[in-house]
Amino acid sequence: MILNYSQPLEVTNLTSWLDAALRSSLPEFWVLLIEFVLVGVAFLAAYAVIALILIYAERKITAFFQARFGPNRVGKWGLLQSVADMVKILLKEIVKINRSDRFLFFAAPFFMIVASMATFGAIAFGKGLHAIDFNIGVLYVTAVSSLGIIGVLLAGWSSNNKYSMIGAMRSGAQFVSYELSAGFALMTIVVLAGTMQFSTMIEGQRYCWNLFNGHISSLIAFIIYLISGHAETNRGPFDLPEAESELTAGYHTEYSGLQFGFYYLAEYLNMFIIASIATAVFLGGYMPIQVKGWVAFNGIMEYIPSYIWFFGKTAVLIFLSLWVRWSFPRLRIDQLLNLEWKYLLPINLVNIVLMVILVLSGLTLTDLLPGWF
Amino acid sequence: MENIKKLILNTVKDAVIEEKQKLTVTVDYTKLHLLAKTLRDNAELPFDTLVFLTGMDRGEELGVNYLLCSSKDLSKEIVLKTGTTDRENPLLYSVTDLFETANYNEREVFALFGIRFINNPDMRKFFLNGDWNGFPFRKDYDANPELNPLNLESKDIIDIAPRIMEIDGKLVESTVNIFEEDDYIINIGPQHPSTHGVMHFRTSLDGEIVKKIDVHSGYIHRGIEKLSETLTYPQILHFTDRLDYLSANINRHGLCMAVEKAAEIEVPERAQYIRTIMDELNRMDSHLLAWACQTNDLGATTAFIYGMREREIILDIFEKTCGGRLIINQNVVGGVMFDIYDDFQKDVKSFIIYMCDKLKEYDRFFSHNVIALGRMIGIGNLSKEDAINYAVTGPAGRGSGWSCDIRKHIPYALYDKVEFNEVIRTEGDSYARYLNRLDEIEQSLHIIEQLIDNIPEGDICAKTKAIIRLPEGEFYSRVEACRGEFGVFIESRGDKFPYRLKFRSPSMALVSAMPLICKNEKISDFIGIGGSMDYVIPDIDR
Repeated sequence: MILNYSQPLEVTNLTSWLDAALRSSLPEFWVLLIEFVLVGVAFLAAYAVIALILIYAERKITAFFQARFGPNRVGKWGLLQSVADMVKILLKEIVKINRSDRFLFFAAPFFMIVASMATFGAIAFGKGLHAIDFNIGVLYVTAVSSLGIIGVLLAGWSSNNKYSMIGAMRSGAQFVSYELSAGFALMTIVVLAGTMQFSTMIEGQRYCWNLFNGHISSLIAFIIYLISGHAETNRGPFDLPEAESELTAGYHTEYSGLQFGFYYLAEYLNMFIIASIATAVFLGGYMPIQVKGWVAFNGIMEYIPSYIWFFGKTAVLIFLSLWVRWSFPRLRIDQLLNLEWKYLLPINLVNIVLMVILVLSGLTLTDLLPGWF
Repeated sequence: MENIKKLILNTVKDAVIEEKQKLTVTVDYTKLHLLAKTLRDNAELPFDTLVFLTGMDRGEELGVNYLLCSSKDLSKEIVLKTGTTDRENPLLYSVTDLFETANYNEREVFALFGIRFINNPDMRKFFLNGDWNGFPFRKDYDANPELNPLNLESKDIIDIAPRIMEIDGKLVESTVNIFEEDDYIINIGPQHPSTHGVMHFRTSLDGEIVKKIDVHSGYIHRGIEKLSETLTYPQILHFTDRLDYLSANINRHGLCMAVEKAAEIEVPERAQYIRTIMDELNRMDSHLLAWACQTNDLGATTAFIYGMREREIILDIFEKTCGGRLIINQNVVGGVMFDIYDDFQKDVKSFIIYMCDKLKEYDRFFSHNVIALGRMIGIGNLSKEDAINYAVTGPAGRGSGWSCDIRKHIPYALYDKVEFNEVIRTEGDSYARYLNRLDEIEQSLHIIEQLIDNIPEGDICAKTKAIIRLPEGEFYSRVEACRGEFGVFIESRGDKFPYRLKFRSPSMALVSAMPLICKNEKISDFIGIGGSMDYVIPDIDR
């Protein structure tokens, strides 16, 4: 009860009020139907809005790195620039490519967007702001997010363009490789947390984030996850599939208008998704910073809404990703695969074993210092 | 050089030796290859660098002038002349087997003068389409647009090269396929973000690996050399800026020097100082852009912007001096057009301090980055022999260990009065070329530092006649442009127009080496190597 009063800004209050209001006047079936539709609409809106914010943020932050101003003409501080860009992309003509595989060409962007959307649904944005909470959440996220590669491969194949084809093939090799590392890094933490369900995992990190709980092993897993997650989003030094200085735009060279918009949106959202999964798995998700025994401090921290915590932590990781992206030159395909198969994967396999040993022999922080964490 | 004369007469008895601006040897076309080979292979002073290969329409005769120099001492030069009176089917012998750089130059001569070269493995027209009617640089060329109408339909590229070979004393015409049957060929260019202009590389790939590159050029060929034949010398000056626009001022310096030497115009001391300082500023401007573009080709956008940021200050100094930023119209025959402004010294000195600081930043930010090193070290290896053979000069040639700085070998302007190091590295890879540019920026700063406080008072331009006529003769001048050696050749018949004007473009040599050094590299390295060679296309498509 006290928690309810101490958290006046939580969206849970709104959702449970809405649920109660609907249930009081409608039968179960309609309540569920309306709620499903509402959740769907909310997710679509959030998807677009987050992408817009990310695009604006990236352009501003990059400008800061590069001694430029960034967008500063449309709206105050260029705030409306990405909105204007979105409107432009919606209005652009969808070009039909001669001698392309028409059906696959049109289907490809949907694979991309559906995969990223389905992953987006499994993210815990805050307390109660969690659409799908499977007991195998981590497995689901890993599985669904890798569907996006089909969109990339199809785009490269159906465009009937040699640049696109090379881009898609690179992307295929890259995705398959780095998906392994990302998966293993998450599995390491699953071993630590003992669950695959996001909500349980986050709840378990109340006093000690997984990043600290498994100390050495967690840290390695975290770094590997950031690297391979970064690679999966085709950004930064890993942007070989698009490599604008080599392949013009890689697999989406031939796309225009809304179809290109889908790829663009998916790219930004994938960056967000990777960061938010890392937040949930390593950094305690929407959990505020809590210290065992410090009741007053904990109360104050609880007062900040959980979604602010979530977005704050995610933003830090996204900033990290931008920093890397705009500092490093691009890897070559063989360097990229070397990094994965010769370094990350073996380290990862050893790391899982290490984590198992840590957990079984009670060397995690919560086991070692139960009074503190 | 006396020994060389003896050697020439021993090899070809009926060679005509003249002492003009350079030692000039005229031989029959059947003997040219033998003479060139003897000169290249003589141990005492090997003439192993082909600087100019100039097609000539001498009226009755079609011919070629070769300017050879020694790779050990670039100031030792010799001009070989040959020709044929057969204007219907002119045939000369190729020297491609002696100097690789002759390959593209001979193809250029074929396109423009119609001279075919026996034993050149690939006798397609360079710059022009295969079906072009007439040979534009001949004096009797018919420029009627109906002969070569504007074509709006795209033509398929035919990858078959004709050639004419001498087998057992007989001339055999044959064709050769450039690519194999099942090659996966992609067109890098003419419109591509990383070809640095309108360049077209047809590239056959084996997966990610480059098997073969076929260079197509001429998309922006303007026939500047032909245009010049109807313009006065001060008018031609403007064309030099449009060759390699990034070293516009240095190119212009080259032509001014050629005209001044021929017309015996004394350039005032103050003008020499201004010219040298502006040249070095121009070199830094170009090297900064080259550095920026190379990092961009390797995928580092931020480094690109940093390079542009520093370059902006130089452009501002240019703008304040003469109103132009990229193309600055500073050099004129006899001196410079604009005097420096009041705060010039102050601005340049503050730039020197600023730039030294930024060079350290570049070093910290990019030069030791693990990924960058992996993308540059050991990639695109060009050996010293190949650099000489392909006449690759400039930072790229010096990256292969070839001392080829014209400023050191044939000093002009004030380069014999200032102290600077010729930056030479022996690795010959992309990284050596990359570091060479950064070090040359440092050397340029050093040169300017020595001059900036000592600019003497006086005129900035010598008095010249309203119409400049050059005496009859052949005049060469060679300067060190940002990408290598830029050369000017003027043949004058005593008129106010040149009879024939030829520019030696450093970029053409750089591009001609690309198929060699990119072979068996990855396609992404092909782009990176292109960035490290730093060619500028209008310089090739003159």
